[in-house]
Amino acid sequence: MSSIKGAAVRFEKVQKSYDGENLVVKDLNLDIAPGEFLTMLGPSGSGKTTCLMMLAGFEPATHGEIFLNDKPINNVPPYKRGIGMVFQNYALFPHMSVAENLAFPLQIRKMNKADQEAKVKRALEMVELGAFGNRRPAQLSGGQQQRVAVARALVFDPELVLMDEPLGALDKQLREQMQYEIKHIHENLGVSVVYVTHDQTEALTMSDRVAVFEDGRIQQLSPPNVLYESPKNSFVAQFIGENNKLSGTVTAINGDVCEVKLDDGTMLKAEVVNVSKVGERTLISLRPERVEFDDPSKQENVVEGKILEILYLGDHLRVVMSVCGNPEFIVKVRNRGQTRPMKAGETHKIGWAAHDCKALDSVQ
Amino acid sequence: MVDQTASNSQLQAQDNVSLLTTHDGQPLKKSLAKALRREKLRALLLIAPLLLFIFLTFILPIADMLMRSVENDIVSNTLPQAVVELQAWDPQSGELPPESAYVALAADLKIAVKEKIHTRLGSRLNYDKAGMSGLFRKTGREMRKFDDNQPAKDQFISFDKDWGEIETFTVIRRLSPNYTDSYFLSSVDRERTSLGVQMKPENEQIYIKLFIRTIMMSILITLSCVLLGYPVAYLLATLPTKSSNMLLILVLLPFWTSLLVRTSAWKVLLQQQGVINDLLVWIGIIADDNRLVMINNMTGTIIAMTHILLPFMILPLYSVMKTISPSFVRASKSMGATDWTTFWKIYFPNTIPGIGAGSILVFILAIGYYITPELVGGTSGVFISNRIAYHISSSLNWGLAAALGAILLFLVLALYWVYDRIVGIDNVKLG
Amino acid sequence: MNFKSLLMSTAAASVMLGASSIAATSGSHEMAPCDNCANEMTIVSWGGAYSASQKAAYDDPYAAATGVKIINDESSAEAVAKIRAMNEAGNVTWDVVDVVAADALRLCDEGLAEEIDGATELAAAPDGTSADDDFGALRVNECFVPQIVYSTTFGYRTDKVGDTPPTTVCDVFDTTKYPGKRALQKRPIDNMEWALYCDGVAKDKIYEVLGTDEGVAQAFAKLDTIKGDVVWWSAGAETPQLLADGEVVMGSTFNGRLFSAIVEQKQPIAMLWDMQSFDLDGWIIPKGLSPERLARAKHYVKFATDTQRLADQSKYISYGPARKSSAPLVGKHETLGIDMGPHMPTDPANSSNVHLYDYGWWADNRDDLDAKFQAWLAK
Repeated sequence: MSSIKGAAVRFEKVQKSYDGENLVVKDLNLDIAPGEFLTMLGPSGSGKTTCLMMLAGFEPATHGEIFLNDKPINNVPPYKRGIGMVFQNYALFPHMSVAENLAFPLQIRKMNKADQEAKVKRALEMVELGAFGNRRPAQLSGGQQQRVAVARALVFDPELVLMDEPLGALDKQLREQMQYEIKHIHENLGVSVVYVTHDQTEALTMSDRVAVFEDGRIQQLSPPNVLYESPKNSFVAQFIGENNKLSGTVTAINGDVCEVKLDDGTMLKAEVVNVSKVGERTLISLRPERVEFDDPSKQENVVEGKILEILYLGDHLRVVMSVCGNPEFIVKVRNRGQTRPMKAGETHKIGWAAHDCKALDSVQ
Repeated sequence: MVDQTASNSQLQAQDNVSLLTTHDGQPLKKSLAKALRREKLRALLLIAPLLLFIFLTFILPIADMLMRSVENDIVSNTLPQAVVELQAWDPQSGELPPESAYVALAADLKIAVKEKIHTRLGSRLNYDKAGMSGLFRKTGREMRKFDDNQPAKDQFISFDKDWGEIETFTVIRRLSPNYTDSYFLSSVDRERTSLGVQMKPENEQIYIKLFIRTIMMSILITLSCVLLGYPVAYLLATLPTKSSNMLLILVLLPFWTSLLVRTSAWKVLLQQQGVINDLLVWIGIIADDNRLVMINNMTGTIIAMTHILLPFMILPLYSVMKTISPSFVRASKSMGATDWTTFWKIYFPNTIPGIGAGSILVFILAIGYYITPELVGGTSGVFISNRIAYHISSSLNWGLAAALGAILLFLVLALYWVYDRIVGIDNVKLG
Repeated sequence: MNFKSLLMSTAAASVMLGASSIAATSGSHEMAPCDNCANEMTIVSWGGAYSASQKAAYDDPYAAATGVKIINDESSAEAVAKIRAMNEAGNVTWDVVDVVAADALRLCDEGLAEEIDGATELAAAPDGTSADDDFGALRVNECFVPQIVYSTTFGYRTDKVGDTPPTTVCDVFDTTKYPGKRALQKRPIDNMEWALYCDGVAKDKIYEVLGTDEGVAQAFAKLDTIKGDVVWWSAGAETPQLLADGEVVMGSTFNGRLFSAIVEQKQPIAMLWDMQSFDLDGWIIPKGLSPERLARAKHYVKFATDTQRLADQSKYISYGPARKSSAPLVGKHETLGIDMGPHMPTDPANSSNVHLYDYGWWADNRDDLDAKFQAWLAK
């Protein structure tokens, strides 16, 4: 992994264990560029929150070093790190008004009263809560509380803000709205953000780069589109987005394309991602929207499947098929307006390009 | 504010719309009230046993106590005729009551002696004037010698020369109304003399001092409970469940130890030949002939009572601390606050409801404690409750005990009110 | 007051006849049957060794003879207040109560105790002397049937007084000769009298002097000289413990408590009998019992206070029987086998100089002096 010169944050060979027996974080190396929005994405227990806590200073690293602006911070207490933080449950101080909550970090920095007030006002306006300064946190809705929490994490102009599943407690609509707002605030202020979530949509919408965590390691660190289009292994492929799985054995490798013999005998062409030799077991991953349903004949891979179920979802049709022995094969068919004469139980030809299906490591 | 506007608009709506009715034509309001009444009745029935229990075991005894502190019908019941006669007599005149009063007294006492209630009256009057008890006992024995045909006054004076003292009759006259303030006056070291209400002689003033001491020491005990209980509660709230349960058992241990065992333990530890003094002498911090006095005084009471009342502080604190999210502390530190600032500005303010609840509990329990101060308090560590207990079980002056108890009750209520004004009672969390 | 002479004669007789008369048990007279009596009763006493001695001397023989079920209660310390409360509530659950003479006086004054006729309701002495004559002045009123004479007196640490052990009660007030703490009971009774006595007031003038404001001030002034060296006790068990722990060099308590500390626990403690303050303990029957229960209570009291029973009790505890006629029957301690006579407060060697506590005077002045005493303590 290349290290960025002048990185805002750098993890170097960081390991973390709580009980001395199991490593929660295994050999973490990560550079975060100034102004970058980096998301740590992964299922619970994958080590992402632990990394955030080590960065904030609430958990010591068992081994390795964390750098902030090229300075090692392992021995710097959290209150000297100058990192803004937003918590999942907002962590607004209930005994203070909204304005007092925002002024708290400024008071600690011994800023004079007038500047404090100006800054608090600006921060509240930034999150469109200008009129709510005198309210108590308990008098605000969840979304408003979240905005206050964001404003508070930013009000003292930190260069780095950590967000620990900040939208987890909000309902879907509010969550989407907040995603945009946080994204815009980030773009406007240019701070570095490390964002932890288990929600892949959130990760894809907001981030410059996403680090997918699993089993204490970063499985892939890429911009969202790369992550989606070119997953490096089957875990990432399955974790990000919807995905059809077909397992088989590699029979030939020609450059970046290989031939795979599926378990039911079908031969497919797939892009080589992490298979290295003929005879290896592989899992082929294929996005449902890349399957050509209406005119499959020109595709490199053409197979026949049996329609099991058709779901009407407005913008597209979701067709569940049994394909090459996989009874949960999903095809997303764009709604082009014309009605298709298809019924469950019929067989239908589908096809896709070799580069749209990736030959990944076999999970088992 | 939002609620208010809402209800305002509701009211307006009601004003504007003509009376709403249900399908069968009943006014909607009436129908709703009827439905609600059934609910309320059911709720009332559910708590009826508790209400009855509280009424019988709490409200009634308190009412009875308040009554006793002013009740005084014993004089007029025992000496009905003499009381009437004495009303006509002027104690300021410097003369003994007229013969008619003595005759009435003789008639009353004859009946009282037959019913054997004269000694009880003597005990009552003795609270206000020493010697009345003996006077009535002696006179009771002599009454069978009383001759109706001889002058009553001379015969009484021959029974006991106190019947020739104006003061004797002044006391009887003063206490003849059915209600008296004498118990309350006594409880604040005052008495009613011929010159009006005055302070008692200095060598009899005790209660005001004890009230002040009781309150000061209860405050001190409450404070030391906060100081000692706070870190323990914090540990309890932050330790893993397994170790915190163990700690909780240790905290509750004093509850499971009998009072005598606990007191003996404190004596073994604190007395001058006790473990702590021995240790200090052995280390060389204090000289052998200069051992610390830590028991049978105020220190002893404070130590022993802090010990027994500590759980009442720790438990509410613990339950409040348990609800404080650790992310508050993290948030504060991430904003640059040091450990101390975080504690003082963020953690501590959020534990105030627990401190309030614990303090109210400890203070109210402390103010009424009497066994522990009696055993380890010596003379400087006893409370007003020790005097109340004394008057209930030893001197049988229940009226005075009731008056002292009533004052204590009002003091607690007043402090509660002050607390409500300063901190706010809804700022109290028991769990 | 013929109280003293009575005590003295009791004691003299006890020494004269001493151990020779244990066999007299066989001479107890027959018990009259109890007609229409309740067959269950509650007896209230002080608990501890004292209750045990009563159980052995009275309760067990009585239960064996009559088949009555006896329930023991140990609430004598709060007896007066509880009897008053029971009486007010109209539900008296106690049948016979052991109280000190001062409490008996209060209960009788308040009309809370039954009067017991000495001629008909108590057993005469074996020689035919009536019960009232046998008890003499110890029957302080008609409600009270005395059982034992005990005294409040001093004990001291033999190892902490050098070669000159204290001989008079005034040594308690001498802190230069006997430095160290003293344990005194937290009440004015006895302490005020001792203070005046040691301040030079003649013994027979003590109550006269104490009846004046100057006398009270004089007593407090004397007590002031040792106030800083006093540990005040409220439970009888405290002084023996304080002595045993070495917290005090001397202290007052009930003589029976000191007896067990010295004889049974072999503590380095000795008795200072000078100016011991005699007191009495005995039975009262609360007012308000049903006829059956009253009959049972009276039947028990008659049995338990006869000459032999009272003598029997002194086998278990070092308190003197209140009947003159019991004194010759006092024998040896039931388990230790020592002569109880010399340990009785009434023994002539112990009672050459005693303080006679005046119940009547204290009944009149207790409230008043107690207030002053408490005010003095709090100063």
